[in-house]
Amino acid sequence: MTDVVRVFRRSAAALFGLALVLVMAVLAVVAPWLAPRDPDAIDTARRLAPIFTAGHPLGTDEFGRDLLSRLLYGARISLVVGLAATALAALAGSVCGLLAGFVGRWVDQLIMRSIDTLMAFPYFLLAVAIIATLGPGLVNGMVAVAVVNIPFYGRIVRATVLAVKQTEYVESARALGVSELRLALTHVLRNCLAPVIVAVTLNIGGMITALAGLSFLGLGVQPPTSDWGSMLAASRQYLNVAPHVAALPGMAIFLTVLGFNLLGDGLRDALDPRLR
Amino acid sequence: MAAVGGGGLPAYALRRLLLAIPVLFGVSVLVFAVLHLAPGDPAAIMLGAQATKEDVERLRRDLGLDEPLVVQYLNWIGQVARGDLGRSIPLGRAVLPEVLLRFKATLLLTAGALAIAVLLGLIAGIVSAVKQYSWLDRMSMGVAVTGVSLPVFWTGIMLIIVFALQLRWFPSSGMSSPYGSGVADVLWHLVLPAVTLGTASAAALARLTRSSVLEIIRQDYVRSARAKGLAERAVIARHVLKNAVNPIITVLGVQVGFLLGGAILTETVFSWPGLGSMMVRAIQARDYPLVQGGVLLIATTFVLVNLVVDLLYAVFDPRIRYD
Repeated sequence: MTDVVRVFRRSAAALFGLALVLVMAVLAVVAPWLAPRDPDAIDTARRLAPIFTAGHPLGTDEFGRDLLSRLLYGARISLVVGLAATALAALAGSVCGLLAGFVGRWVDQLIMRSIDTLMAFPYFLLAVAIIATLGPGLVNGMVAVAVVNIPFYGRIVRATVLAVKQTEYVESARALGVSELRLALTHVLRNCLAPVIVAVTLNIGGMITALAGLSFLGLGVQPPTSDWGSMLAASRQYLNVAPHVAALPGMAIFLTVLGFNLLGDGLRDALDPRLR
Repeated sequence: MAAVGGGGLPAYALRRLLLAIPVLFGVSVLVFAVLHLAPGDPAAIMLGAQATKEDVERLRRDLGLDEPLVVQYLNWIGQVARGDLGRSIPLGRAVLPEVLLRFKATLLLTAGALAIAVLLGLIAGIVSAVKQYSWLDRMSMGVAVTGVSLPVFWTGIMLIIVFALQLRWFPSSGMSSPYGSGVADVLWHLVLPAVTLGTASAAALARLTRSSVLEIIRQDYVRSARAKGLAERAVIARHVLKNAVNPIITVLGVQVGFLLGGAILTETVFSWPGLGSMMVRAIQARDYPLVQGGVLLIATTFVLVNLVVDLLYAVFDPRIRYD
């Protein structure tokens, strides 16, 4: 474990990623105290105010709502929904992978063929198709993006299970009479933890982008909720007069996703002994 | 793909083709489910709140919604096989010609983006790997991790602000000018959307190409080639790149899926008249047949692209045995 920390701490990029993620998380938590105004308070007298306007440090949007407040509250939505969707995908994918790898036979066939079918769709198209069925909305968007990512975790966990099943300590535990269920839940699951943690950190950025993308298309978070994707969508009408209204939410998505990607890269390098 | 078998490449191709059938079946079931798993009565949703009970009943009958699910699926897949993807109610037209027309624009956008991705991504990835830990490597990988983290819809908007609204070098939307015509006009409109979509893909491609090439550079046969005094350039060209072709082809196949999905966002940003922007509007209008047609067409294309990728894989790597 100390090796992992050492390798991770040597990487400036990974530390920068961790710092970005921490800053975003803290901003999301303290949003109600930090936000200068109510994010939904409309002020039609001050529509599309530029950056550094008195009382509105980052300006206002097309309804005169304070952009800084909306960005801070948007961080909550992005992080919470992104993390929840990732957790859902990781959980469902891990269960599928564990079942496929451990039970084998027709269960493996059924799960892997279903995963093949999900992977036959371009990633974002499948999420859009699921929204087409369930209807637009925050929860449906989260479910759609989670389902799309199940194959990613399913395959990682299945591969790990198949490798662990061959090891001598699992063989000996089985010889000692440890039940199959207990084997799966202790030895096998424990070994899946590191690859799943790395996968989760590498995956969160993509999840946040996909969810923001759905909201951008009007298929995810619905107005007037302050969400970075839908803020960006609304800003398109005013690119000529108020480009900052488009620049800021996009920058927020970019920095958050960059943070998670750098963190994920760093964790992967630290936890993957082949790269040392 | 291991194991020994006879028949060579043609037999492998046939086998791979047969393996695509269950996947296409799965795709068709999921596309069918788009309409049939929707909560509520799809006929009522499609017609909207203004529709009378009789209208809804008639549409239910037309769509065959009163039949058992299996019968509905068989009827639907039979129609699809005959090239009938149903009718779009809001458009009042058959779905197939509509989606085919739109698909051409999506393919053009995807091809433009792929060209940019391959050009930038492959060069950056190979140079980074060959010059590992140099400033060039650090810089291109820094740019790549930035590119991977950029949301395409934001990149597109920023490019519009700078290159369309401020500098006025390129148009901000559409695929052709009202009075313009010809290939040059379309290409002029293609630049910003293709760069937008291609950049994210180039970044992913650069990272993956770098790691595939690095993996090969560490192999014993590369060390032997260097040890026998072969010039570095020859080692890279003859031993490294030749063996890196396959992982790169695989990555390209994955990227096509990324591009076809990302096209939905890019088309919306640039009002590009492709399948993606059409589907977003169709979802909002609850136009299920149009959504199904679009999803089916893109997913089938992706399955076929993956099939071609696997075949290319076998062509380029004689070590793969066909069974």
